[in-house]
Amino acid sequence: MAKIKLTKIPFKGTDGQERELRAALAEIKKKKGAVMPALQRAQEIYGYLPMEVQQIIAEVLEVPAEEVFGVATFYSQFTLNPRGQYNVSVCLGTACYVKGAGEVLDALKIQLGIEADECSEDGKFSLNATRCIGCCGLAPVMTINDSVFGKITADDVEKILADY
Amino acid sequence: MSTINLKINNIPVTVAAGSTILEAARAAGVKIPTLCYLKDINAIGACRVCVVEVKGARSLVASCVYPANEGMEVFTSTPKVIESRRTTVELILSDHNKNCLSCVRSTNCELQSLAEELGCNAQKFSGESKFYPVDASHASIVRDNSKCILCRRCVAACKNYQTVSVIGANARGFDTHISCLFEKGLNEVACVGCGQCINVCPTGALREKDEIDNVIAALNDPSKTVVVGTAPSVRIGLGEEFGYPIGANVEGKMAAALRRLGFKHVFDVDFAADLTIMEEGYEFISRVKNGGKLPMITSCSPGWVKFIEHNYPELIPHLSSCKSPQQMFGAVAKTYYAEKLGVDPKDMYVVTIMPCTAKKFEKGRPHQDAAGVPDIDAVLTTRELARFIKRQGIMFKELPDEPFDSPFGIGSGAGLIFGSSGGVMEAALRTVAEVLDGKPLKKLDFQDVRGMTGIKEASYKIAGINVKVAVASGLKNARELMEKIKKGEADYHFIEIMACPGGCLNGGGQPIQSAETRNFTDYRTLRMNAIYSADKSMKLRKSHENPAIKEIYKEYFGEPNGNRAHHVLHTRYVARSKF
Repeated sequence: MAKIKLTKIPFKGTDGQERELRAALAEIKKKKGAVMPALQRAQEIYGYLPMEVQQIIAEVLEVPAEEVFGVATFYSQFTLNPRGQYNVSVCLGTACYVKGAGEVLDALKIQLGIEADECSEDGKFSLNATRCIGCCGLAPVMTINDSVFGKITADDVEKILADY
Repeated sequence: MSTINLKINNIPVTVAAGSTILEAARAAGVKIPTLCYLKDINAIGACRVCVVEVKGARSLVASCVYPANEGMEVFTSTPKVIESRRTTVELILSDHNKNCLSCVRSTNCELQSLAEELGCNAQKFSGESKFYPVDASHASIVRDNSKCILCRRCVAACKNYQTVSVIGANARGFDTHISCLFEKGLNEVACVGCGQCINVCPTGALREKDEIDNVIAALNDPSKTVVVGTAPSVRIGLGEEFGYPIGANVEGKMAAALRRLGFKHVFDVDFAADLTIMEEGYEFISRVKNGGKLPMITSCSPGWVKFIEHNYPELIPHLSSCKSPQQMFGAVAKTYYAEKLGVDPKDMYVVTIMPCTAKKFEKGRPHQDAAGVPDIDAVLTTRELARFIKRQGIMFKELPDEPFDSPFGIGSGAGLIFGSSGGVMEAALRTVAEVLDGKPLKKLDFQDVRGMTGIKEASYKIAGINVKVAVASGLKNARELMEKIKKGEADYHFIEIMACPGGCLNGGGQPIQSAETRNFTDYRTLRMNAIYSADKSMKLRKSHENPAIKEIYKEYFGEPNGNRAHHVLHTRYVARSKF
């Protein structure tokens, strides 16, 4: 792994989101170790942590922006990539994996032209690899938003995506 | 002061309470190797190279952070300790770019020394290797993370010395690497190019952008008239690269070496420092007399200039409009001197030797082109000059002492002390006081602005005015002063700021001293003492008395701050993004 995956999707934050973030930061700033809660709150508001948002956090909390970025890239709960209109998740739990979820994920990467944890440039699809989602009987499983697709093969991927 | 008694390798020793085991061992005459530890800025106990055995302790402890306790018995070199250190270094080496033969830090690398001292097998562990592209985007600094050992000394220098904080550890686990915000290149963030990160790097992960080949090409181009000038601090740093003790002044051998490298016009940037004092001194006098923006702040240090542009753009009007001595040197070389020689400025190639990496960035700034071409063509750091000398087979120690050439070979003591924090202020005061008071100073030494303290303040009675001055070195201290100005709490008239702690003598282009030296020797003061003792021994100690300076004003500029001087010797600044 070389560099950290960064999104190419332009920032579309609204004034309302920024107002909400700044109001939250005004409170969070009073506490020690404010960067973590600030990032958590920001991710709740924006769904991810774009550069513009990290810079607001750095400015308000008066910490170096690089430090904010360091924390944001350390914890796996934080994401620098937005979710697409359709969020595609492939379960890579043990059962799904042995039933060929790896090939399903590879097929999705090719079909969508993105890697795991990325969002397509038009903002339509994002792709995640998840741990066990608890329906091993349907292995291998993928989900698109709230829809579940079970017992699929790599060849099914194109057809499933065609409906979106 | 309470003390603690303990035993290091059965040697009884008494140390001040709060000392670490590492310090206690030193007091007992025992050396413990370190790698990530740097006194004052990086005590994180991360690398585990300094581990020792403590009687009764469950496991080995990191001596750089572990406090010495009463009655403690410490063993620093048992087989268990040595084996642990060896494995640690072997694991670091497993993912290290071992292209050591051609590494710029070969034979001056702390990792290499440790591996050898501990009897490591560099090939013992093999496994996945990280790959990172080299970041050569910045004009001053090159980062090669394949040689990075994640000690975080650069991060600590950037943050704790400078409060620039543009590099840090990003990602996690095996993917952890030192980089900038959003993986930007160093040229896209608020890096000032000071090079303090290079000076603290134990390996070759950080280095200056090498310009030796450009200079060799120019020296071998018959159409070029190549001019070289050396900054004040180079002569007291260069010797360290050739085995002289810290603080040795090798001015004469340096001039001789430059001649043997092929330079036909060997000059001293001390001359341009004197020129800076004339311009800056008169600018200051004019600001005081005409109600100009005060405090006036010096603009000699390009790292500092870039820092204020990024972080305090609203305070830019406080900066002196004077170019730095380097840029003034290039400007007069390509105008006055080119005219004198009858050379087209386009065919003149001006090289400076600097203790500084930020100077490499400065030469590419806008409004630094008095003759319509860039004032400066190449900047070599002290380290690059040493490499160049060695490469050309010049036996430095055998060289005779030679003088600089005229007309820019005469520099005053005032120009020389530019190399130390407080030096620009003292040089300016020597001139400003004599000009305003109209009589010679009784005492030329302005002791209050000398020394290694981060922020120095003084006030002097000059022409009936109580002139309040402040001197800061290290951008952390500069930031403190800027915050004071912003809050309206600073009533200074004149402020000197140098980006590097202690001034140019500790610049990012100076010879690299190992952590061992940095932790236990006051190398900055040794270099500083060399500068002030050279000044003391000089007859010419005031910029305005420099005959070469008098000559250039008589022949070319007319008045300091006059029209022509403004065109050639002054510049402008730009506001830059904070991120």
